Amino acid sequence: MIFETTPSQTVGPYFAIGLPFDVGPFAVPEGTPGAFHLTGTIYDGAGIPIPDFLLETWQADPDGRFADMYGYGEASELPGFRGFARYGLEDGDGTFDIVTVKPGRLPVPPTFGDAAQAPHIDVSVFARGMLHRTVTRVYFADETEANAADPVLARVPVERRPTLLAEPYAGGYRFDIRFQGPNETVFFDV
Amino acid sequence: MTEELQAEPAEERQIYDPIGPTPTSYKREPEGAHPPLDFEGYKSTALRHPKQPLIYLPQMITEITGPQLAPVVMGAGDNDLTTQHEGEPIGERITVSGRVFDTEGKPLRGTLVEIWQANAAGRYKHRWDRWPAPLDPNFSGAGRCVTDDEGRYQFTTIKPGPYPWGNHYNAWRPAHIHFSLMGRAFIQRLVTQMYFPGDPFFPYDPIFNSVRDPKARERMISSFSIHETVPNWAAAYEFDIYLRGPGATPFEEAH
Repeated sequence: MIFETTPSQTVGPYFAIGLPFDVGPFAVPEGTPGAFHLTGTIYDGAGIPIPDFLLETWQADPDGRFADMYGYGEASELPGFRGFARYGLEDGDGTFDIVTVKPGRLPVPPTFGDAAQAPHIDVSVFARGMLHRTVTRVYFADETEANAADPVLARVPVERRPTLLAEPYAGGYRFDIRFQGPNETVFFDV
Repeated sequence: MTEELQAEPAEERQIYDPIGPTPTSYKREPEGAHPPLDFEGYKSTALRHPKQPLIYLPQMITEITGPQLAPVVMGAGDNDLTTQHEGEPIGERITVSGRVFDTEGKPLRGTLVEIWQANAAGRYKHRWDRWPAPLDPNFSGAGRCVTDDEGRYQFTTIKPGPYPWGNHYNAWRPAHIHFSLMGRAFIQRLVTQMYFPGDPFFPYDPIFNSVRDPKARERMISSFSIHETVPNWAAAYEFDIYLRGPGATPFEEAH
């Protein structure tokens, strides 16, 4: 390393004038087979929804392929698949709602043996009052077997793992994010 | 104009080879590279930071890949914030340009750079910005640019004004432009702020000073460039940005 990184600063309260875009909440085009809503509420340490957050997600398609900008691995063949969603509003109420599909299981680096990662979605949260993004992962509560073998979940204390599980509901999955308190979401150091 | 001023800057940056294959791991960043999530001077951090320690996430394929957003979000003229309306915005017309590198000094081409800012009076065009400075009907304050093969981006805009905020008595933000960088991988994602040289509000701003290392703070301050300044048109500020670079990463937590 010959240079140091530029430091992070908060996204501030007014990001909505620059960052959201029309199809931002859609990681897949509307009408994609198997598409569902991933929705939830983001709570601060007082249990109050955070209205001015920006949430971004990144994931593989159901075949475990990415729409990576440099074509890492085999490129996704799902029509219109972006695998990326961005959600943030000028007048937010603390909830997010993105449209996506469930990613496939993914291989792991050789150092992790032949384990496979359970379906997961990487999440970044930015907000006023956050000087650096916070990162978490969405797993799926109905993937019991895959979750049990996941090498990242294995690093999380058993009692905290439920904070990473999206729960199925009629329209898709629900995933709340809590910054503090007894059910504080697990955040990762990337 | 003297010979000296016409000459190219002596320390012209070396041009590196275009980026190579997608890195499969990125170096971990040293402690203090970024501000803490819990920072007493910035009151809003109190209820918005995790209390539990972060859990180390080994870099796997989801972390080392990233989206191609440029074709989705870019429109013609998105990098000129002074021509988005019928009339011209009021204020000091400037260019803001620079290059996006990784910490190995390799330029990142084709990466999305997004900016947003207050107008010349320090007012954002946002419904919750209620400070009584005038809005400018000819300024929205947002722009996008994709870096070229040398990692270069350029915006034309208006120099934003400083503005007060409610963090503490007589709190003012130094003039700044918000920057969002996608990088080439999830792990390189960065949101930061670009400041202007010599801002008198620096010593009093907890957000700027949340970066504890003075040298790291310097990396958020643009430099004025007479060489890039467009005669009879726009003063130039330069701001290079460095994202995490490739390299070995420890299997276990850094100590």
